Amino acid sequence: MAAGVAAWLPFARAAAIGWMPVANLPMPVAPTEKNKRQDELIVLNVSGRRFQTWRNTLDRYPDTLLGSSEKEFFYNEDTKEYFFDRDPDVFRSVLNFYRTGKLHYPRYECISSYDEELAFFGIVPEIIGDCCYEEYKDRKRENAERLMDDQEDNKDAKLPNMTFRETMWRAFENPHTSTMALVFYYVTGFFIAVSVITNVVETVPCGSVPNMKEVPCGERYTVAFFCMDTACVMIFTVEYLMRLFAAPNRYRFMRSVMSIIDVVAILPYYIGLVMTDNEDVSGAFVTLRVFRVFRIFKFSRHSQGLRILGYTLKSCASELGFLLFSLTMAIIIFATVMFYAEKGSTSSKFTSIPASFWYTIVTMTTLGYGDMVPKTIAGKIFGSICSLSGVLVIALPVPVIVSNFSRIYHQNQRADKRRAQKKARLARIRLSKTGSSSAFLHSKRNGLFNEALELTGSTEDEKRLSKSTSLIESQHHHLLHCLEKTTNHEFVDEQYYQQSYLEAGLQNYPSQSPSLSSQDGVTGTCCTRRSKKQHHTPLPNASAPAHMQPLKHTHTHPQGLQELSTIHIQPLSTSRSSLNMRVEEPAPLNCQSSQITTAIISIPTPPVTTPEGDAHLPAAPTLQNVVKVSAL
Amino acid sequence: MGALMVIFSLQPKQRRKTTDSVEDELELSAVRHRPEGLEQLEAQTRFSRKELQILYRGFKNECPSGVVNEETFKDIYAQFFPQGDASTYAHFLFNAFDTDHNGSVSFEDFVMGLSILLRGTVQEKLIWAFNLYDINKDGYITKEEMLDIMKAIYDMMGKCTYPVLKEETPRQHVEVFFQKMDKNKDGVVTIDEFIDCCQNDENIMRSMHLFENVL
Repeated sequence: MAAGVAAWLPFARAAAIGWMPVANLPMPVAPTEKNKRQDELIVLNVSGRRFQTWRNTLDRYPDTLLGSSEKEFFYNEDTKEYFFDRDPDVFRSVLNFYRTGKLHYPRYECISSYDEELAFFGIVPEIIGDCCYEEYKDRKRENAERLMDDQEDNKDAKLPNMTFRETMWRAFENPHTSTMALVFYYVTGFFIAVSVITNVVETVPCGSVPNMKEVPCGERYTVAFFCMDTACVMIFTVEYLMRLFAAPNRYRFMRSVMSIIDVVAILPYYIGLVMTDNEDVSGAFVTLRVFRVFRIFKFSRHSQGLRILGYTLKSCASELGFLLFSLTMAIIIFATVMFYAEKGSTSSKFTSIPASFWYTIVTMTTLGYGDMVPKTIAGKIFGSICSLSGVLVIALPVPVIVSNFSRIYHQNQRADKRRAQKKARLARIRLSKTGSSSAFLHSKRNGLFNEALELTGSTEDEKRLSKSTSLIESQHHHLLHCLEKTTNHEFVDEQYYQQSYLEAGLQNYPSQSPSLSSQDGVTGTCCTRRSKKQHHTPLPNASAPAHMQPLKHTHTHPQGLQELSTIHIQPLSTSRSSLNMRVEEPAPLNCQSSQITTAIISIPTPPVTTPEGDAHLPAAPTLQNVVKVSAL
Repeated sequence: MGALMVIFSLQPKQRRKTTDSVEDELELSAVRHRPEGLEQLEAQTRFSRKELQILYRGFKNECPSGVVNEETFKDIYAQFFPQGDASTYAHFLFNAFDTDHNGSVSFEDFVMGLSILLRGTVQEKLIWAFNLYDINKDGYITKEEMLDIMKAIYDMMGKCTYPVLKEETPRQHVEVFFQKMDKNKDGVVTIDEFIDCCQNDENIMRSMHLFENVL
C-alpha cells in the first residue's frame, strides 16, 4: 500500500459501515491500538542538517531503517535527536520517499553513492518512481559495464585452468591476451594485405616484351604470382581450420559472417586447382577470381571501425531502402520524360527508356559525363529540371538518413529497454498486489493459529505472533475480513481457487464436507478444516508490504511461515475424506500432524506449531533454510 | 424573483460550457479549494482539533488541490481491495459522500461523512447507510438498487473466493435482505422500515459500534 493511501485507511474502514446492514453474519473484532500515543515530531540530524518529520510518516514503511526500531541505535540522548553520519543530499530523496511514497533518483548524484545510501536505509531501489527509473537503470548499467571492463583487464593474467582449445579461441578473439596471439594477428593481417596487393598488381601492365602488346604482370610472372597466391591461401586455410577447431560452437561459427568471408576468399583458389585449363569453364573461372577481392573484408576482424560500419548499415537498411526507392522513382520519371522529349530529334542517344536511365543517373548525381546530352529544347528544359531536382533528391535524404539513423538507433535501444523494464515492472506491481492480498491470507492463517493456540492454551506464542504485523496492516486485514463476513465468501489465492473450481466440477465431496465448508463460523472446532485448507495455498513469503525485499522479511520476522504446497488433486479429496473421519477427534493436535504428513515443501515452521509439530520435523528446519520462496 | 435570478445565473454557465472546452479544462485543473476554518469544522463535526489536523494532512497529501474527484476516489479505494474490482462500490460511496452533488468531494464533505460514520449516533449511521443504498435518493430502496449495491460489494471480492462465487449469489442475498427488511411486503424498503428492522437486529447493532475507535 502506498504511503498516502495509508492515511485514507480510516476513511475506508468508516465506509465499511455501509456493508453492515447487508451482512448476515457477525463481524470480527477490530484490532485495538495499544499504547496509542499522539503523533510527535522527530528530528533527524544528518551530518549537521536537521530534518523534521512526524513519527507516523516514518512508520509507514516498517521494513526500512527509519520505520523500524533500528533507528533507535542512532538516537542521541543528549540532543534528543537521531543522528546519521551520512550524505544529507541523498537523504533528501530518502525522506521524500516516506513523505510522498515515491522514490526519486536525482540525476546529478553518483549511482554508487546513491545505491549505498539506499542500502543503508534499507530501501529497495526497485520502487523508484516511473519518472526516474529509466535514468537510474541506464546509469546502473553503464556503471556495471565499467566495472566489467575493469574486471576484464585484471582477469587476463589469470585463468590457468582453461583447456588448450579455449585458450586458442581467446587468443583468436582478443589478440592482446598473449604475445603469440599478437604475432598471429599481425601475421594474418600482413598476409591479407599481401594477397590484396598481389591481386591488384597482377593486372598492372608491366613492361612489354618487344613485338608484343603490353601484358599485365600476372601473365608475365605467372609462376611468382602463383606461388604468392598459394602461400597466402595456405595461410588463410590454416587460420580458418584453426578457428574452426577452437570455436566453442562450431555450427554457429560456420554460420557467422566472418567465416563465410573466409571461405569465399579461399574457395576460388581451390576451385581453380581442381579445374584445369579447360577452355569452356575458364570464363567462369575468371569470374571466380573476382571473389578474391573479398579477402579485403577479412580486415574487418582487425578493424573495429569496419565492424561498426557494417552493423550500422545493417540496422539502417530500411532507410537506405527508402532512399533507393525514391531515387528509382525519380529516375524512372525523368528517364521517361527525357526519352519522349528526345524522341523527335535525329541521332539521339536516347534510344530507349532504359538507355535514358544512364543519363538521368549521371545528371541527378551531378556527375555530368556528357556522353549523352539532350538536343531538343524540350529535352534541355527537362534536363535542367532533372539536374536541379537531382541536387534535392540526392543531397536532402543523406543528412536526413544520417540523423534518422542515429535517432532510430537510439530510439530502438530505448524502446527495447523500456519494453523489458515494463514487463519487469508490471510483474512487480502484480506481485505487490498479490503480496498484499497474500499478506492478508497469511495473517488470516496466523489469526487461526491464534485460535488453535487458545485451545491448546499457550499464550506466549500468541503474543509473539500478534506483534509481527504492523497496526496499519492489521487494520487493513480487519477491513478485508469484514468484507468476507458481509458476503459470506472468503478470499483465497489463485491456486486454491483453481483446485476448488475443478473440484466443484468433479463433484467428489463426501456427504459431510459440504456442510463443513458452508459452515463459516470462527469457532474453534473448525480449526481442522481451516488449517487443512491453508496448506493448499502456496504463499510467497510476505508478511509485510510486499514491495520490500523478502530478505528483509526473514530478517525482521524470524518466525518465518510454514509454507506448504501440494501438487496433485487426488490426494486433496482423499485427504479431505480422511479429515472428515478425523473431525470427531477432539484434540487439535492431531490435525496439526495431518497437516504435516501431506506437505511436500515446507519452510521453517513458526514456533507457533505445537511441540508435536516440531517433533515431526526435527531435521526439516536445516533443510528448509535453503528452500526459500521469494515474493520478488 | 429569486427563481428568475437562479435561472439567469445558471444560463451563462451552460453557454460557457458549450463554447470553449479548453478554457473549461484549464479552469478545472486550476480549481483549488480551501476548507473552512478549523473552528467552524470543529463546531460542525464531532472531531477534536487534533483529529481534524491529522485528517486534513492525510487528505491534502493525497489530493493537493483540496478536492477529490471520482477517478481519484476510485483509485484510492481500489488500493484497499487488490483482489477485486472496487470501482462500482466506490462510485456509490462517492455519491454518498458528495452531499451537494457537485461532482467532487471537498474536505468538508469528507469530514462531515466521517463524523457521522465514526462519531454519530446509531440512528445517524443507519440513515447514512440508507442514503448509500438509495441510489436515486427518492426515499425508497428498490430491489434493483439493492441488487446494484450487492453486485458492487461482491465485485470487490474478485474471482478467487471460497466457495466459488456464482451468478445468483448477489440476487439471493438481496432476497434475504428484503425478506428481513420489507415488513409490509410492498417491494420497497422505506427508511422507517430500515431503521426499525436494523434496531431489532443484534448483529447489526453490534457492528455499528465496530469502528468507533478508528482515529
